[in-house]
Amino acid sequence: MSLFRTELRRLAKRRFARWMTAGGLLVLVLVAVGMFLSNQKIGPDQFAEARQAADRQHQEQVRWAEQERANCERAKTAGEDVDYYPADCADITAPPRESIEEQWFLPSTFNFRESFGEMLIPLAAILAMVGFVVGASFVGAEWNTGGMMNLLLWRPKRLTVLLTKLGALLTGLLALALPATAAWFGSMWLVANWRGTTEGMTSGTWQSFLITGLRGIVLALVAATLGFALASLGRHTAMALGGAIAVMVVGQVGLGILLSMAQVRFAEAWLLPTYVYAWMTKSLTLEDWQACNATYTGECNPATLDITWQHSSVLFTVGIVLFLGAALWAMRRRDIT
Amino acid sequence: MHVEAGQVHGFLGPNGSGKTTTLRTLLGLIRPDGGRMAILGHEVPGTLDQVAPQVGAIVESPQFFPHFTARDTLSLLAGAGDLPERRVDEVLELVGLRDRAGERVKTYSLGMKQRLAVASALLKNPRLLILDEPANGLDPGGIREMRTLMRNLSEAGMTVVLSSHILGEIQLICDSVTIISLGRRVAFGPVDEVLAQHSSGAVRARLEAVTDLPAAATALTRAGVRVTTNDDHLMLAGVDKPATVTRLLAEQGLYVSELAPIAVDLESVFLELTATAPVPGQHRQVDQSVRVDGAEPSVPAGGGWGA
Repeated sequence: MSLFRTELRRLAKRRFARWMTAGGLLVLVLVAVGMFLSNQKIGPDQFAEARQAADRQHQEQVRWAEQERANCERAKTAGEDVDYYPADCADITAPPRESIEEQWFLPSTFNFRESFGEMLIPLAAILAMVGFVVGASFVGAEWNTGGMMNLLLWRPKRLTVLLTKLGALLTGLLALALPATAAWFGSMWLVANWRGTTEGMTSGTWQSFLITGLRGIVLALVAATLGFALASLGRHTAMALGGAIAVMVVGQVGLGILLSMAQVRFAEAWLLPTYVYAWMTKSLTLEDWQACNATYTGECNPATLDITWQHSSVLFTVGIVLFLGAALWAMRRRDIT
Repeated sequence: MHVEAGQVHGFLGPNGSGKTTTLRTLLGLIRPDGGRMAILGHEVPGTLDQVAPQVGAIVESPQFFPHFTARDTLSLLAGAGDLPERRVDEVLELVGLRDRAGERVKTYSLGMKQRLAVASALLKNPRLLILDEPANGLDPGGIREMRTLMRNLSEAGMTVVLSSHILGEIQLICDSVTIISLGRRVAFGPVDEVLAQHSSGAVRARLEAVTDLPAAATALTRAGVRVTTNDDHLMLAGVDKPATVTRLLAEQGLYVSELAPIAVDLESVFLELTATAPVPGQHRQVDQSVRVDGAEPSVPAGGGWGA
């Protein structure tokens, strides 16, 4: 227990961990402020303004149609060859007023019920990034500076040391993620109250949001574990960061281009972000527009592939078992030099 | 290698001979491929976790997280070892870092880092202290302080194993030594015994008149003494009792003005045992030292430092 407490202290003392945490929280605050500034509450005044704006646009369309019709008739009378006008200039008419919808002119508003689920994705992404980088640095710097060797002179049980460090990291991340998620719920609720609406919330919706938030926290824990395992495996923070960059640039962008060129069906199914997104949204439907699933009306629909959060969880589990297992094996077998 | 409890033991060997590897293996950092090791009666690495709280060690150059202060560094180690926080102040005082304990380690000189490393090893108040090159980077005052510290710790009952290349220091503070070469032991025992075993028994003799040296050499050679004639003195080997030399020469009417046994020091014994003495015009490579399995050391070739 003393080792666990010490590792928590060490994590809290790490300047990099503090800066990354502060940076992540700052981004979240900026997003919340941006949401506040870019949304408005919609009331009778906003509806009236939208109606007026729609009327104005309709009138502009009417004026434009009249002008074009006049131009068309003048051109026809002059015998000019104007094939961009219809044969009968009377066909140039303005759209009916009802086709210009008033809602197009309403200001942006934050509907908590409709939009908060998506707003949990940036929260999870930032927490996962902080977790990955801090996790990698927490153990990578220890290896790199000889701190791990010093610690092993005190606590020779290698696996206990590494797993205790990981436990402290995940505990520290939970201590950040839980309040941050709660604060995110609170701040978005306030934004919705002041700059949107919270109507339509039911206990089922709340439950769904809470579970999505929980999945976001789990995603951050998975990212932290992977960063930790990679850095421990390479005994350097750069191993994890370099690995992440390599996976994103070569593994994802490069693979994406290659799969696209090879016209592989459901190419996104091979890309990691698909599974992250599916994890957060419970399921994601990929579409293959090169296939035709004819309906009874003769309509041609694309073939689809559903990626669910269960698929993602299998992928995350395999990743953790693979990389953390390798890190533990290396910790046990490799010499400490 | 056997270290008696309560002694200061010197662990010597040329670069690359395996000192640090031995210590790392002993401390569980490197997996042994055979043999038997025990610390304070406990077989290691099997029971290392039981004995580790009683062993303080620094291995090779001191390495610490550069952005932590010395106090933080020691405090975290004390926390990991369930030691009271006051112990941190005690060891900081002991190694002379009390007033600089609040500074980040990255601002420390090598000598200060070395002091911090020693402090970290002393933190547990161990029964066995293993120090690999503890005098690295220390100023002369620091080296003397370290010497005194080692002595005091030993007198207080702590066993100290010291790896160092400063052989004068080792000779001054160690009770016993182990010398290794290419991973094998070449000498072992109390310092005095090791020196005595490798003393050549040579005696330097000067006569009142330098012109008498050839006659003296002839007389001594006839008596079975191995003689090397130099410009102003004779070097005698195989002399059991120096008194026999004076008597033998006096009988010939030759009078001795100086008769001095040639003392050996640890450095010369080390160089002799490991065959690492510099040879003019040759550049010794790091692995060119004595093998105890009978193979001759390889002939130094060109190259090496500065080549």
